[in-house]
Amino acid sequence: MNRSPSNTRPIAIALAAMSLLAGTAHADVTVISFGGTNQKAQAKAFYEPYAKATGSKVIPGEYNGEQAKIKAMVEAKNVTWDVVEVESPELARGCEEGLYEKIDYSKIGPKADFVPAAVTECGIGIFVWSTILAYNSDALKTAPTSWADFWDLKKFPGKRGMRKGAKFTLEFALIADGVKPDEVYKVLGTKAGTERAFKKLDHIKSSIQWWEAGAQPPQLLAAGDVVMTSAYNGRIATAQKEGKTNLKIVWTNNIYDFDLWGIPVGTPKKDEAYKFIAFASKPENQAVFAGEIPYGPTNLKGTALVDKAIVPELPTAPQNMKGAFASDTQFWVEHGEDLEQRFNAWAAK
Amino acid sequence: MSNLTATMTETVTTDRSVSLKTQLHRAERMKKLKYGALIVPLALFLLFTFVWPIAALLKRSIDNPEIVTAFPATSALLHSWDGRSLPDNAVFAAFAEEAGKIKGTPVFASAAKRLNMELPGFRSLMMKTARAMPPEAGQSAREALIAADQRWGDIATWQYLGRNASPTTARYLLASVDRKYDDAGHIVKVDDDEAIYVDVLKRTFGMSAVVTICCLLLGFPLAYMMAMQPPRIANVLMIFVLLPFWTSVLVRVAAWLVLLQSEGLVNQALRAFGLIEKPLQLVFNSTGVYVAMVHILLPFMILPLYSVMKGISPAYVRAAVSLGCPPFKSFWKVYFPQAVPGVGAGCLLVFIICMGYYITPALLGSPKEQMVSYFVAFYTNQTINWGMAAALSAILFAATLLLYMVYSRLVGQQDAVKAR
Repeated sequence: MNRSPSNTRPIAIALAAMSLLAGTAHADVTVISFGGTNQKAQAKAFYEPYAKATGSKVIPGEYNGEQAKIKAMVEAKNVTWDVVEVESPELARGCEEGLYEKIDYSKIGPKADFVPAAVTECGIGIFVWSTILAYNSDALKTAPTSWADFWDLKKFPGKRGMRKGAKFTLEFALIADGVKPDEVYKVLGTKAGTERAFKKLDHIKSSIQWWEAGAQPPQLLAAGDVVMTSAYNGRIATAQKEGKTNLKIVWTNNIYDFDLWGIPVGTPKKDEAYKFIAFASKPENQAVFAGEIPYGPTNLKGTALVDKAIVPELPTAPQNMKGAFASDTQFWVEHGEDLEQRFNAWAAK
Repeated sequence: MSNLTATMTETVTTDRSVSLKTQLHRAERMKKLKYGALIVPLALFLLFTFVWPIAALLKRSIDNPEIVTAFPATSALLHSWDGRSLPDNAVFAAFAEEAGKIKGTPVFASAAKRLNMELPGFRSLMMKTARAMPPEAGQSAREALIAADQRWGDIATWQYLGRNASPTTARYLLASVDRKYDDAGHIVKVDDDEAIYVDVLKRTFGMSAVVTICCLLLGFPLAYMMAMQPPRIANVLMIFVLLPFWTSVLVRVAAWLVLLQSEGLVNQALRAFGLIEKPLQLVFNSTGVYVAMVHILLPFMILPLYSVMKGISPAYVRAAVSLGCPPFKSFWKVYFPQAVPGVGAGCLLVFIICMGYYITPALLGSPKEQMVSYFVAFYTNQTINWGMAAALSAILFAATLLLYMVYSRLVGQQDAVKAR
């Protein structure tokens, strides 16, 4: 076929335009996080300053922590996510299965600058968060002070919120049953311990309102659907800032964990991904983040920069760390699927 | 000359009659081919978008590639192992060598993950073992493995490995009906506190049946009324039926959430009228799920009903009444049997859509209202156990197919009766 020049010109122009567009889009980095107030804080602390400092945009996205999409992308070799916020067990599992790049710390900063537990093979901690007990002070006459109170339906009547899943739910059940924080995972690892946790949960099963997304607990509390609930400390603190001062936090025996940055294997923008992670891991940026939503910085220098007024709200504050315990990543990598299955069977009955 | 013409005509006619026959055949074949060619794009489309994915899904439910891919030599050796005493040194050596070769790779991790499914704790056993592999010089593979972890001296450990060393497994399908292999390899029921999917399947059917019946009870009178009205009014009514159809399901579910929650509009209204003192629990239980599902699926009932009812001439009922049959009886004996195909189509449509419903129970229900699709999503997204997700889908698919066959059997029989 004989194409006249006038026919090919628009195509050539379009191609040129596309390559131009691709050229400008090249430095942009796609960052996926858990959404909600957490993402808003990240936008303020990381995305916007990053764009200002480097001139390349951050394309934000959100997910609920499901690793299926990342696995599908990596297996199809069509990775469109450059940096992903991941929880510890998922990252550890994904690291073994080859979903996440092994981190080259020379591109981020000296390991010694960070909380030791935040430095892992395939990801670096973004912040420390806590699962705490939150309650609505309008709905309860006396304030609950412990997980045992959470289980006390007589003294504190009303519905309770809990995360729909075995993780944290079983730990809190054992704590309420009198297990010491440092023995929780040892007990839970035995068959008798699992029985014990589920039996304890049976006591309040009919009063539990399950939640799945971190944004739900403050809503449930405010709407009066529950009188108390397990919740992420940052979500409650943000709700308080927005005027819902009747929502209160009990720090007793909270469970803390890290969210980490991971880089899916095969992203074409690995350099940009590192650049973004290095930027977000700087102490001054982490301090801004903690100011937006009270999750503790992982950069040791960042802690010192946080506004003194906010420090008591952070999971890393000494008084909040008392009696708190870390989520056992290795335990959940090992027993996660089994216990979640058991939990599903239990919850559906 | 005339003779010649006669014979010529004769031969020509016989010639022609033969060729006519073949010509006819040829023409018919051509026609068939042409029709066939018209269908080819659709057939190909269905093959690629429907048949092939379903086949792939069914295959995924029995796939078991992890161990065979990671430990090909060990798997081959384990096939000839009797499973009654510890395997011989060749198996130990092959396993130690292969573990040493692939440690730290995704292939190894997925094999460890697969074994951890059989027995929690297997993952860390594999990881720990791999770190000690390959054996040091002078050390036998058997010694090295047992030194790395005592469990390698246990027959049971090898049995887990051996049982999963084939490229296919019925494990996922069995697990989706609460069955498993015991240590001796027999199929047994799982423990009561782990059994879940039989109940979930029953619940899926039960909830779908309730929703279908509610839709029929609400939809039938409305469709009947629409069919009886003049087109002007019927069209307006039709817009009301279709209006929610144009809104996304998610939006409608969210709207129900706002209406039904403890401080929602419904509860506020009921309290304002003094009908109740404490807010009713209308959402995160079966009430909320049923209300929203019936609302969302109602058009699927009304539309087939209406299209059938529109074709029923009102003259029949009028004739029956004028012949002295009481109104209800003439409706029941004359009108309803003619509407049955619409009822059947509507019920089947609603029921089958219901069986695969995910978003409404997930958002408005408690764990007690979750249907099979919830667990499919759970295994797909949360634990990335795609074998299990595929097996549950396969069970749901088989159930739907069975249901459709029963339906077409019943309706088919009815048609046969009518034809007689």
